[in-house]
Amino acid sequence: MVPGDLRYTKDHEWIRVEGDEAVIGITQYAADQLGDIVFVELPDAGRALEQAATFGVVESVKAVSDLYAPVSGEVTGTNDALGGTPEAVNTDPYGEGWMVRVRLADASQLGALLDAAAYEQLIAEG
Amino acid sequence: MPYGPHAADDRARMLETIGVASVDELFEDIPVALRAGPLALDDPEPELLLSARLVGLASRNRVDLASFLGAGAYRHWTPAVVDQMLLRGEWYTAYTPYQPEVSQGTLQSIYEYQSMLAELTGLDVVSASHYDGGAATAEAALMTCRATHRERILVSRAVHPHYRQTLETYAEGAGLVADEIPLVADGPLAGTTDLEALARLLADPARPVAGVVVAQPNVLGLLEDMPEVGRLAHGVGALFVSVIEPVSLAVLAPPGQYGADIAAGEGQPLGIPLQYGGPYLGIVSCTDALVRQIPGRLVGQTTDIEGRRAFVMTMRAREQDIRREKAASNICTNQALLALAASIYLATIGPHGLRDVAAGGASRASELETALAAAGAPRLHAGAYLNEFVVRVPDAMGVHARLLQRGVLAGIPTADLLPDEPSLADGLLVCATEVTTAAEIEQFATALRAELAGVAVAGGAR
Repeated sequence: MVPGDLRYTKDHEWIRVEGDEAVIGITQYAADQLGDIVFVELPDAGRALEQAATFGVVESVKAVSDLYAPVSGEVTGTNDALGGTPEAVNTDPYGEGWMVRVRLADASQLGALLDAAAYEQLIAEG
Repeated sequence: MPYGPHAADDRARMLETIGVASVDELFEDIPVALRAGPLALDDPEPELLLSARLVGLASRNRVDLASFLGAGAYRHWTPAVVDQMLLRGEWYTAYTPYQPEVSQGTLQSIYEYQSMLAELTGLDVVSASHYDGGAATAEAALMTCRATHRERILVSRAVHPHYRQTLETYAEGAGLVADEIPLVADGPLAGTTDLEALARLLADPARPVAGVVVAQPNVLGLLEDMPEVGRLAHGVGALFVSVIEPVSLAVLAPPGQYGADIAAGEGQPLGIPLQYGGPYLGIVSCTDALVRQIPGRLVGQTTDIEGRRAFVMTMRAREQDIRREKAASNICTNQALLALAASIYLATIGPHGLRDVAAGGASRASELETALAAAGAPRLHAGAYLNEFVVRVPDAMGVHARLLQRGVLAGIPTADLLPDEPSLADGLLVCATEVTTAAEIEQFATALRAELAGVAVAGGAR
């Protein structure tokens, strides 16, 4: 259920490294906990994200959560399709529901993130 | 369950639980000089005496004056049905209609308020509602900062000074900067916002601007080049806030038409009586793109499980009980009854009626201009106005005070309103609405003529 090729944060974001860039979203667990997602607020391209700082907001019918950057880096693209179909975060969080693409500022930050097994344990502990 | 206050032993038990000796100890962090003392109340009086005393106090109000005062609050005729409808007990709750199953009437009234104001402003979203025009303007300015992630607001000096003070207070608390855009001092554009100065203020790349706040009509009654303000603001990625007077929107272009992102203003002219200090009604309206930044209640129309039309509070995630310190909306109570008054007024008077109100005020104002100019007080500015304008009067403060003795409230001295503007030292800001009569205009002109000719007031008449 938790994809093995991704890294995770304790705040339930995932990150997929692609060369010197990375794609970020939230996990299926997070999406399930939030319920039906109705809005995702994402940063503009060009904005510099700082590891562990908030970079956006995800709003469901029952809650609102901040998004925390797994790594530092400059935003090179955002998933504009979520403007019309925010429910993609619920139905396909690791695919169509991706949120931002960043150029990594410091690849060594990835080492501090959770791997799939550690994340699976985190959510199992609730 | 008892609803009375806590008894002494309840309080003693609570204090013991938290380990504090007395209630006063809880307030020790507040300097003694700042703490409230006991109220100095007179001894009780019989109702008859008390009534007489209150009548005496109330009689000190001057209700005999021919009033030409506007400057943000306006006299209008209100159909009797507005007050009569407001008396219905069903409306008397300040509480938020969280439970749609028992609040359809209240929710529908708010929805209709939003719908009518959206039609007036030409914008997509209206919230219900805010304390007054100043609070609404300040909230609009904060919206621009949240939406752009910038921290600097530019506000025209031709926005009402009380609104600017409110905005300044909100900005300071939020760690934001509010800079003022100067006025044009002379020439054909005198009294309007200096758009060249605005362009310069916007051009500083080191201090990016979140929002530009300009009033239409402005505090001196003049019409601003709003489309150009919008172009300048949007050119550098700033948002454009228009401070509106709602009745004027029946005859002026609505903010949605000239590129405003947010409209904010005072709703008092919509069926709410002039009251010293309120309660009034703050209007905030915005484009769909900013809906998540707008504070205040939003009511939406939906269908219930049986497919019937129903109303619910919506976009609740903006509010403080959900978003906590990051909420776009921290309004707990709202001016629902005043919003309701505005809705009943608008629904009663209708779009044609509102146009008549605005146009009636404009034509009375034009008569006033002619009469005052003939009496020796020509307009100070050359630009177009709707129903409020400044006339040039030597010793405006003194003349204003002496006209009161002649039964005329001659608007407000501009030196009082905007003391920092040398070009406004000798002016009176005067206003007419549809309730201004030809006799009142004649009284004002005659009194002014006598005053300027140095004729003494006969017998110090009041």
